[in-house]
Amino acid sequence: MATNLEDPRIIEFDVRTDEMLVNMGPQHPSTHGVLRLVLRTDGEVISEVTPHLGYLHRCAEKIGENLTPRQWIPYTDRMDYLAAMNMNLGWSLVVEKLLDHELSDKAKHLRVIISELGRIASHLVGMGAYGLDLGTFSPFLYAFRERERILDLFEEVCGARLTYSYLTPGGATADLPTGWVDKVEAFLRQLEPIISDYHELLTTNAIFIKRTAGIGIMSAEMAIDYGCSGPVLRGSGVDYDLRRDGEERYTEMYDGYAYEVVVEKDGHYPQDRNYPKVPREAVLGDCWHRFYVRMLEVMQAMDLVEQGIEKYKSASGDWGVPIKLTQRLPKGDVYLETEAPRGQMGFYLVSDGSAIPWRVRARSSCFCNLSVTSELCPGCLIADVPAIVGSLDIVMGEIDR
Amino acid sequence: MSGESVLERLQKQFGDAITGANLDAIDPWIEVASTAIEEVCRYLKADNELQLDYLNCITGVDYFHSDPKKLQKMGEEPHTLLVYHLSSTAKKHTLVLKVRLPRWKDDREGDLPELPSVTSIWRTADWHEREVYDLSGVWFVGHPDLRRILCPEDWVGYPLRRDYEMPLEYHGIRGR
Repeated sequence: MATNLEDPRIIEFDVRTDEMLVNMGPQHPSTHGVLRLVLRTDGEVISEVTPHLGYLHRCAEKIGENLTPRQWIPYTDRMDYLAAMNMNLGWSLVVEKLLDHELSDKAKHLRVIISELGRIASHLVGMGAYGLDLGTFSPFLYAFRERERILDLFEEVCGARLTYSYLTPGGATADLPTGWVDKVEAFLRQLEPIISDYHELLTTNAIFIKRTAGIGIMSAEMAIDYGCSGPVLRGSGVDYDLRRDGEERYTEMYDGYAYEVVVEKDGHYPQDRNYPKVPREAVLGDCWHRFYVRMLEVMQAMDLVEQGIEKYKSASGDWGVPIKLTQRLPKGDVYLETEAPRGQMGFYLVSDGSAIPWRVRARSSCFCNLSVTSELCPGCLIADVPAIVGSLDIVMGEIDR
Repeated sequence: MSGESVLERLQKQFGDAITGANLDAIDPWIEVASTAIEEVCRYLKADNELQLDYLNCITGVDYFHSDPKKLQKMGEEPHTLLVYHLSSTAKKHTLVLKVRLPRWKDDREGDLPELPSVTSIWRTADWHEREVYDLSGVWFVGHPDLRRILCPEDWVGYPLRRDYEMPLEYHGIRGR
């Protein structure tokens, strides 16, 4: 058959694409808050990504220079509002480090239970919202159903559902209510079989694997170079978890706990449970692996909560007495990082010897994790951007502070 | 590796560029001259025993009081201090570096103090330096794209400096 130029089939291959700037956000649903990405695209393919932040900047560090450490606790809640308990813990530990304040065993176990429950709640949102980014709605509802029960448990502990201000320098504001740990145990028993549903809905789902496996591959060197942390770092195969490798003041909380860091070592993940297999398409460091690490950490956190409850029941001492609201701080500066669900959350406190810190600094894990997007996205399709940004599991409240 | 031996090695390697240290502090720190920070960092990352491959945080701390009496009471010369928190993912140790800068370059108010950028050593320094520039007002020489990150691009002043004053008005929004 003779071809002529009018043939639509020829034109289809002859279409030229122009470079175009596409603005994504600051209200795009899959940007997990008010993040704005400016994409330079050639057709469907991205050549450059520029993230713009600061839409949620609330001057937390400046405010911290005018408040005492205990007064600043509610502001830490509002940083990573999906894991507020872990933020409280990070700041409390820094202040205790400066004051050289020791906690009883009971208070430490209480903190492990609370912060690991916070980790489960946070990873559940991370998982559900990631499904949402990729266009499936049901995992989100399943995840929120379970998270709701953790929020109910937290509400019973401190009265708040999202911004707790529960863990404070010196311990916690109250002891766990009577009978509360039994409710946690009942919840864990109920959650365990549901986890396999999540794996069926997302982890091993064929469409999910197509959307995430082999997308946004980050090498271990790159992850370290960009200061990535948490599941993003471990998803690239770097064996680094502050609960084991961090400072003693933090790691001593986990003394006597049996757990394995979730990371692919010698070609496989921890095998303490019946986890789904890694699909053949997945490459270490891609979106799928980051998601998988998060899912495995839910199981790990469940184990830790169970062990924590055992230890809490038999531990001696009290749950800790919060320091005075206007406690005078010794002169000096301290820095401490904790393993929050999204990565290493660090706080830096400079004191001039008065009750109000001279300078407060929050090192945000998402801030560093997000900076890698401009390196990961070029070469991908526009539809892969939500998949990559979602796999970093960012919270803008923490990035902008 | 203990703090003493790190300090010894750095002093041997860089001599006068290591301007001070406090190894008895809660977090022991080493002070480096502002001109040498890039070379020191490159050495710390490349050295086989140190391998400080992870930059945790860069912080700018401003020491100043607009009230002369309080300034005297503070017991410190007015200056800007930059604090680098480093750690090693392989060796699992940490190090704190401090760099002392004048508040203004050549004491001309409005001219930002300058410091070599470490973006070529750790990529994560890119955003951290942008944040320090934005909030504390330090100019990083050699940074590929130094512009504000948290505040809007047309913001005036450096909010985490001690003499910063809230603007009365920003694009029709009342400040106070």
